[in-house]
Amino acid sequence: MAYSEKVVDHYNNPRNVGSFGKDTPGVGTGLVGAPECGDVMKLQIKVNLDTGVIEDAKFKTFGCGSAIASSSLATEWLKGKTVDEAAKIKNTDIVNELKLPPVKIHCSVLAEDAIKAALADYREKQAVADARASST
Amino acid sequence: MALKFPIFMDSQSTTPADPRVVEAMIPYFTEKFGHPASRNHSFGWEAETAVDRAREQIAKVIGARDPKEVIFTSGGTESINLAVKGVAEMYREKGNHIVTTAIEQRASLDVCKRLERHGYEVTYIPVRPDGLVDLETLRQAITDKTILISIMLANNEIGTIQDIAAIGRLAKEKGIILHADATQAVGKIPVNVEAAGIDLLSCTAHLIYGPKGVGALYVRRKAPRVRIAPLIDGGGHERGMRSGTLPVPLIVGFGRAAEICGEVMPEEGLRLAGLRDRLQDMILSNVDEAYLNGHPERRLPHNLNISFAYVEGESVLMGLNKESALSSGSACTSSTLEPSYVIGALGASAELAHSSIRFSLHRFTTAEEVEHVGARTIEVVKRLREMSPLYELAKEGVDLKSIHWKAE
Repeated sequence: MAYSEKVVDHYNNPRNVGSFGKDTPGVGTGLVGAPECGDVMKLQIKVNLDTGVIEDAKFKTFGCGSAIASSSLATEWLKGKTVDEAAKIKNTDIVNELKLPPVKIHCSVLAEDAIKAALADYREKQAVADARASST
Repeated sequence: MALKFPIFMDSQSTTPADPRVVEAMIPYFTEKFGHPASRNHSFGWEAETAVDRAREQIAKVIGARDPKEVIFTSGGTESINLAVKGVAEMYREKGNHIVTTAIEQRASLDVCKRLERHGYEVTYIPVRPDGLVDLETLRQAITDKTILISIMLANNEIGTIQDIAAIGRLAKEKGIILHADATQAVGKIPVNVEAAGIDLLSCTAHLIYGPKGVGALYVRRKAPRVRIAPLIDGGGHERGMRSGTLPVPLIVGFGRAAEICGEVMPEEGLRLAGLRDRLQDMILSNVDEAYLNGHPERRLPHNLNISFAYVEGESVLMGLNKESALSSGSACTSSTLEPSYVIGALGASAELAHSSIRFSLHRFTTAEEVEHVGARTIEVVKRLREMSPLYELAKEGVDLKSIHWKAE
């Protein structure tokens, strides 16, 4: 199977590889997939707590080239979006952008799951922080 | 010598034809085009002579007593089908049980599955972590209904070479027919059907630098005389076991390929084992948590199979595929979307099955190619680990098994 140019580009030059400290304020972490399935994605967002805008995003992925490309693309798209806007990214957008073949659609699904998990983690941490702030 | 890309290191999927093989074949397409079953003219006789010569060449490389024991087929898959289904049908009244292993190639497993749907019983015995069949396990799997033991001589993924002679003795003791799938072994390591007590043996030309589209099934004629029901009915060619006009050019090429393998085997085996060992040392000494799959000694000289923990196989191949051709046990590279059942059967985790890479060297592999592929593999694995969340977690001291993974 030949890969699309965009998949090859993301594979060769992955954007935003790396990690943030999980407990840093404003950071949301999503870890999805399973090693035995051959795909694990860790996707993190760093939200500006004043503006609610995602200032930075990072990923690390264990998986095939398409999984790496899907998560790399996701971090690119997340940057500059608000948390609510980010929630609207769909796996089909990733499929179209990377021209993923049907057999690789699960990679895009996993990337969408990773985004959602990171956003949920961020919101949960914020809720805890807010509760703590209001109780003091 | 300058390297020529891409470098082919996938010789257990197929091999390039040896130019000497192609040269031997060419006259049989044009001037010597006769039908070997034409009994009444020189074209037929010439073709028959050529086929008989090839039969001798193949008989010699597998240690068969009589060239007539070699039946030509379209390849390894057909040979396996003919052997297993042929015995199943012919000996149906004697029993309906077959013993095979969990690490056979797809053709064998699928034939067995089909037979199971037709009332046969098949026991797929597990193998040891090094890929070897445990003789006691095999012995215990045998019942009074067992008519066939079908076992691959050398494995296509991990290269593990079975103690086929010991298995042959057990089969003989129990009076059971032994089929050896020797598609990966013939021409690469010494194979002797007499010494090993093999009754049926499958092999193919395209894995020994011969053409695609031709294979052979060895069928023992004496002690015991093995009978098989044909899959293809027709003109009764090949002693009635395989009808159809023989593809003379392919057969001539197969014979020549077998002959060359027989001549060069000791030297070629040593050379390839040396290169393979170099590749293995290079990788294992430069990459942590890289695991050799299969038996460290009892394996094909041209095979190397390594699992790289924390990186997925297809992504490794993607990093290498511009300049080299390898294969992986990763689900992403298989048509079934399942990771390698062979690596899985060794007791390795599914993650390590996804992470396995097979390097298979061949007659034309050079030391420079090995150095290049080794160095690039190390680079790619290291780069991918830098972006692997599993590697990061492991380095932080997290036990990956302690994490509750949310699969899709």
